[in-house]
Amino acid sequence: MTEEELKAIIVAELKKVAPESDPSGLGADEDLREALDIDSFSFLRVLVGVSEHTGVDIPEADYGKVTTLAAMIGYLAVRQG
Amino acid sequence: MEYPPITKDPAAMRVQPNLLDYRDVCGHFSWHTVRNQLAGLPEGGLNIAHEAVDRHAEGSLRSRVAIRWLGRDGRTIDLTYGLLRERSNRFAHLLGKLGMTKGERVFWLAGRDPALYPVFFGTLKNRNIFCPLFAAFGPEPIFQRLERGNARVLVTSERQYTRKVAALHSRLPELCTVLLVDRDDDLDARVLSLPRLMATAAKEFVIPPTDPEDMAILHFTSGTTGMPKGAVHVHGAVLTHLLTGRYVLDLHPEDVFWCTADPGWVTGTSYGIIAPLLLGVTSIVDEADFEPERWFRILAEQRVSVWYTAPTAIRMLMRTPETLRSRYDLSALRLVHSVGEPLNPEAVLWGQRVLGLPIHDNWWQTETGGIMIANYAAVDIRPGSMGLPLPGIEAAIVSRNEDGTVRVEGDGVEGELALRRGWPSMFRSYLHEEERYRKCFAGDWYLSGDLARRDGDGYYWFIGRADDIIKTAGHMVGPFEVESTLMEHPAVAEAGVIGKPEATIGELVKAFVVLKPGWEPGDALRQELIGFGRGRLGSAVAPKEIEFSDNLPKTRSGKIMRRLLKARELGLPTGDTSTLEGSES
Repeated sequence: MTEEELKAIIVAELKKVAPESDPSGLGADEDLREALDIDSFSFLRVLVGVSEHTGVDIPEADYGKVTTLAAMIGYLAVRQG
Repeated sequence: MEYPPITKDPAAMRVQPNLLDYRDVCGHFSWHTVRNQLAGLPEGGLNIAHEAVDRHAEGSLRSRVAIRWLGRDGRTIDLTYGLLRERSNRFAHLLGKLGMTKGERVFWLAGRDPALYPVFFGTLKNRNIFCPLFAAFGPEPIFQRLERGNARVLVTSERQYTRKVAALHSRLPELCTVLLVDRDDDLDARVLSLPRLMATAAKEFVIPPTDPEDMAILHFTSGTTGMPKGAVHVHGAVLTHLLTGRYVLDLHPEDVFWCTADPGWVTGTSYGIIAPLLLGVTSIVDEADFEPERWFRILAEQRVSVWYTAPTAIRMLMRTPETLRSRYDLSALRLVHSVGEPLNPEAVLWGQRVLGLPIHDNWWQTETGGIMIANYAAVDIRPGSMGLPLPGIEAAIVSRNEDGTVRVEGDGVEGELALRRGWPSMFRSYLHEEERYRKCFAGDWYLSGDLARRDGDGYYWFIGRADDIIKTAGHMVGPFEVESTLMEHPAVAEAGVIGKPEATIGELVKAFVVLKPGWEPGDALRQELIGFGRGRLGSAVAPKEIEFSDNLPKTRSGKIMRRLLKARELGLPTGDTSTLEGSES
């Protein structure tokens, strides 16, 4: 998947838990949870959704590595099969 | 399944617990002795800020770090007791210059920002009332609380202000001044820069005489039927904070303490601010939200010795591989506590296996102001039990009689958990709501609304809530507040809101919605309603699940029977309502 495709998947999952928001307009380095008012539990749902659509497992220990759009895209890009 | 008790051997502990003989201490306890361990104001009276900050700053702890603040970006800010005294003096002066008189309210809406501590103690020094709001509240809960609490000053961030408060400002005539923690210049005549004003405020301040019964802190908490209630706490509550800091948290002078609770909730003030500083220890504050690796790293790098956290966080840590923990040196850690909702026995044992320390659950509420029932460092733990009453606290299981009185039940009987009124941190009122306050008591007993039982050895076991209040990730959510907001959407005819059991966060907020004629249920509308709820209520309160329904079960008087909705959700037989008694009351 290209970075654009990965971004589209992430944005769609963010939109599911924060439908009122516009995640596509986020800065690449903005803290996702802070910017979109997403709590730990909803963030977990986002990551589960992203994993399902990309096939990349994101263990909870790695949450600190996927806190921004840029970080999450980078994380997925190097791990996708 | 019954779990065997976890026994303790104090003689083998590297730090001797402050409370060694629970029964003996209970037998000889007097609050008078606790009061004598506090300094009191030189001019007379009792003020939390003097006990927690000034007393230490004027003595040998002046250069000791009181607050070590860890920024999301890796920065560290240390506030010594001396610095905290000076800055809280400045804030107290500033309030005086803004015309704030005794008893007026200062609200906080800026999360875990380092300005919190000078603002908190400066507010108490000027004898104003501090009221924290959770940063994940949306505009509606914020408005409700600012208005009901007669906010005169709001301390917040530019982002919070522009996103949530600016549009409300004209509806809040009592709100004179907004102070922004992260701006160097004023936004307009009413929205000012806190750093600019702090820099020019005088750094000496004499705390005026403060009566122990003077109001100090206001905490809003959710009700089942009405809007949130403002529980009022007084300066005298500090006796409970001191006692629980010593006996439950077991703080010793050399400890590094980390309370992970947000200051928007009562744990974040009673134990995130007051108790550790009373005992002169260093308290860790992390600006960032929960992240497993970050949390283990903080425990290790900061050499945290006593840790106070919550079941939701523990259960999320339990989902990480145990190898993660083994990468960190947790050798400084000696005691772990949990509060917010009952801690399941598996979590207590996970602590023992993975952290090398069992987790000590305790129980209290916004209204109690401090820990009331607890597991203690030197006392055996019964996994799944909230423990034994604090020395000085008389707890009981009671049943309500038809005439409004209660009868005290014996061991093994399920009933409502009650406390004999009169402990120092007991809330003194619900602001402007005397009737609701009165209803919390029956004779000498404060009725907690929690159902529990006591075993033959005095340990208390949580059963459930006696009302419809939802507990999600440790936070109370009032269904009425959520239902009222959903009804403001043009598609919604009726809404019933419940807590749906969920393994990690206890319960999640779920709404059953009946649509008005002409609206079709579907994914698009469901998402719109979820977004609508979040926009108004914020992530901490808004429903995470919406289910469309043709009708909601109601009483003859038209009240929604939330318990029936919950039974339906749990797949219990809804035809039989005999187990749902009370839902018509």
